[in-house]
Amino acid sequence: MSRQSLSKAHEKITELSWEPTFATPATRFGTDYKFDKSPKKDPLKQILRSYFPMEEEKDNRVFGAMDGAIRGNMFRQVQERWMEWQKLFLSIIPFPEISAARAMPLAIDAVPNPQIHNGLAVQMIDEVRHSTIQMNLKRLYMNHYIDPAGFDITEKGFANNYAGTIGRQFGEGFITGDAITAANVYLTLVAETAFTNTLFVAMPSEAAANGDYLLPTVFHSVQSDESRHISNGYSILLMALADEDNRQLLERDLRYAWWNNHCVVDAAIGTFIEYGTKDRRKDRDSYAEMWRRWIYDDYYRSYLMPLEKYGLVIPHDLVEEAWDRIYNKHYVHRVAQFFATGWPVNYWRIDAMTDKDFEWFEHKYPGWYDQFGAWWEAYSRLAYPGKNKPIAFENVGYEYPHRCWTCMVPALIREDLVVEKVDNQWRTYCSETCYWTDAVAFRPEYQGRETPSMGRLTGDREWETLHHGRDLADIISDLGYVRDDGKTLIPQPHLDLSDPKKLWTLDDVRGIEFGSPNVTLNNMTESEREAFASSYRSNPNRTPSTAKV
Amino acid sequence: MNAPVKQAPAKAPQSFPKPEFTGAEAGMQTFPSSTSRSYNYFKPQKMRATVYEDVTIDVQPDPERHLSQGWLYGFAKSPGGYPQDWTVLKSGNWHAFLDPNEEWEQTIYRNNSNIVRQIELNLQNAKEAGAYAHWSPTWIRFVADNVGAWMHAEHGLGMHVFVSAQRSAPTNMINNAVCVNSVHRLRFAQDLALYNLDLSESIEAFDGKAHKDVWKSSPFWQGVRENVERLTAIGDWAEAIFATNVVFEPLVGVLFRSDLLMQIAARNGDYITPTLIGAGENDYNRDLRYTRALFSLLANDAEYGEANRAVMQSWLDKWVPVSRHAAVELQPIWSQPSERTITFAESFAAATADFNTLIADFGLTSPKEK
Ligand SMILES: [Fe+2]
Ligand SMILES: [Fe+2]
Ligand SMILES: [Zn+2]
Repeated sequence: MSRQSLSKAHEKITELSWEPTFATPATRFGTDYKFDKSPKKDPLKQILRSYFPMEEEKDNRVFGAMDGAIRGNMFRQVQERWMEWQKLFLSIIPFPEISAARAMPLAIDAVPNPQIHNGLAVQMIDEVRHSTIQMNLKRLYMNHYIDPAGFDITEKGFANNYAGTIGRQFGEGFITGDAITAANVYLTLVAETAFTNTLFVAMPSEAAANGDYLLPTVFHSVQSDESRHISNGYSILLMALADEDNRQLLERDLRYAWWNNHCVVDAAIGTFIEYGTKDRRKDRDSYAEMWRRWIYDDYYRSYLMPLEKYGLVIPHDLVEEAWDRIYNKHYVHRVAQFFATGWPVNYWRIDAMTDKDFEWFEHKYPGWYDQFGAWWEAYSRLAYPGKNKPIAFENVGYEYPHRCWTCMVPALIREDLVVEKVDNQWRTYCSETCYWTDAVAFRPEYQGRETPSMGRLTGDREWETLHHGRDLADIISDLGYVRDDGKTLIPQPHLDLSDPKKLWTLDDVRGIEFGSPNVTLNNMTESEREAFASSYRSNPNRTPSTAKV
Repeated sequence: MNAPVKQAPAKAPQSFPKPEFTGAEAGMQTFPSSTSRSYNYFKPQKMRATVYEDVTIDVQPDPERHLSQGWLYGFAKSPGGYPQDWTVLKSGNWHAFLDPNEEWEQTIYRNNSNIVRQIELNLQNAKEAGAYAHWSPTWIRFVADNVGAWMHAEHGLGMHVFVSAQRSAPTNMINNAVCVNSVHRLRFAQDLALYNLDLSESIEAFDGKAHKDVWKSSPFWQGVRENVERLTAIGDWAEAIFATNVVFEPLVGVLFRSDLLMQIAARNGDYITPTLIGAGENDYNRDLRYTRALFSLLANDAEYGEANRAVMQSWLDKWVPVSRHAAVELQPIWSQPSERTITFAESFAAATADFNTLIADFGLTSPKEK
């Protein structure tokens, strides 16, 4: 189509909507934002007549690449260390994708602008595309990768696992609560505009370095839809900024959305990239370096900061704090260590780190070895069953952390632990901002103003509570993380499948009692709790080097 | 900022990762679960799961299935996730519904691409062949007014019934089917709008703006507009889909598209409009398949079937009169074309017969005409 006919076509399509007079669309989802003063801002336009063939063409390339990968025996060159983490990642990501589709009516309800409605409806079907294409990629992995265990229970694992839950809030945040908080600020302004860069660009390039070129094919195809979604969100933001009353809410929501995305996405993707790779070239960017480029420079400095001139209050402090956590406070490394500590209740295997990895980490994150080196050596030493229990239940000088009630990643930066009684329950938080999210932001009133549409934190948010006082073997078998011989565990703290004696079974973990830190915390007296909190904060949780043990 | 900042290198790395043989291919070793190559957390309908089942089932979790910690976020006044009480219909097992069209990424894009390609080709051929030259002034006006007005109905229902409803059902299978339904209608609305644009450019006497006034104020169309607007105002997602696909579509949509346009266009020298309308009809038939499967399942639910049928019957009592009224108000357009090959009574009888067959499948009966 010529440019002129394209603009005529766009013009024509705007004629489809009308002002109803008999009845107006049901508003199913509320918002405390107001748009009656907003001038209409239009997003990138898309005509379905050209949209469908364009996407079909992209799909054909993806399916072509899949055929090619199988014919070319791609899996003979794929790193198991990498693929194992895909069992977690690909169990999580189709849900946020489909949730993004489900979020579109929230935004459509809230924003009176038919042009934005059109953009959001196209985004809706894009997101169905993303969700199902990712499920299909995972199916291919299950069929062709050496160890299908974990892929085979994927959505069940996602739904009953502590790490799946961390990821699940990322999708639930799109579809619940105040429509604009959820479907605009959390989903589009932060998750899509900032964090899809690490999800769909940084991670695929790491996949390629580990022999997997299908993940990049699929995820670049996904990412190519993202600019339209970002444009939808930007148009809604500009409309929201037109009303001064919205600014206080935008400030609140950006703080919540930024911080929660950081806690969740950096924990997961940071771990996949830093601990899933075998590529230890020194000139390969670390996650922190990628983050600095994609999030700090491209998002924070080039996208968020210019919005200050429209009156948007930007959470500068939280951007700096996130960077500080990633680079100086070793956030990602603590998360990876925690995942590896919890290996018996995972549905994937985690490879140990070796000297080559140590050297790279020390190069990229000075001080890494001091904090984590001896622990990973202990992890290797305790990798096989028979003589020892899983590392979490051996004394290696690692104290099992408390979970953050809000982001559900544990409070791993121990000095930042917050302990507060909220809704009549003692809760722990990884940071002041996560405490604020629960105690201040997700409430019916904010800074003296009524916020009747704001959502609530719900659910059994501490995973361990569900399993408190039970036998580890029973927990694992109830979760379904057992292989088809009925006894060998899906998770293993190593990659060696060649020797059955090296594979942990239910018998190897029977007799170990599992406990919930939160239940314990709520049973403490006041003085016990204070003592606990201060010792938690001051414990560096550093494994002594083997020489001293 | 106090953290030491390492600037990301501006240039690409100097070295490249080296591929190595890992032997991580299926079948290269035997160990427990080494052949466990199917998703094992749901029971497929047949022996082997289809791709559709694999990519759809359990992606939207459910506390009644594997979800162990419950929904993590709630609305201010109701639980989050996908509450089952967002419709008054009940099911012993919502997950029993599978989309008979098995829609997923590949089918959605293939199907819709084929349709738009075919439409574009038809319109191009029509222009080159001068197919509009023989249209009479009354037919030109008929298409501008009425085919034009219909685009709004498609758009309104697509955007405010189906896009909206795909947030609300308890399973991914239902929501995806509804979602695909919404893009069919939005696409078809655009197909009609762009056809209208094409005609304005090809036929001098064609009034490309007329459809807006006709839709907003022609007395013939106000019943249809009222029906559409009221459908968008329904809060219960199942009622919205039922009142649209089971009531409005047969009694008004099919009546207008199949029982009028498809019957008379050719006699008025128009071979093009039917190809477009046929695409919309084809979409509706496809969407009717999932609609029929869904409401049959609910009507025949072992535990709730009877109660569900009573609810659906009450929906018929509420919505059939609205759609009958819309149909009857449209009646005058039957006499607008110069070549009238079918009467309103004949068209309406055909539409009503199909409607009665459809609801009989659910064990429901048509409310008496008043
Ligand atoms: Fe997406
Ligand atoms: Fe997106
Ligand atoms: Zn937190």
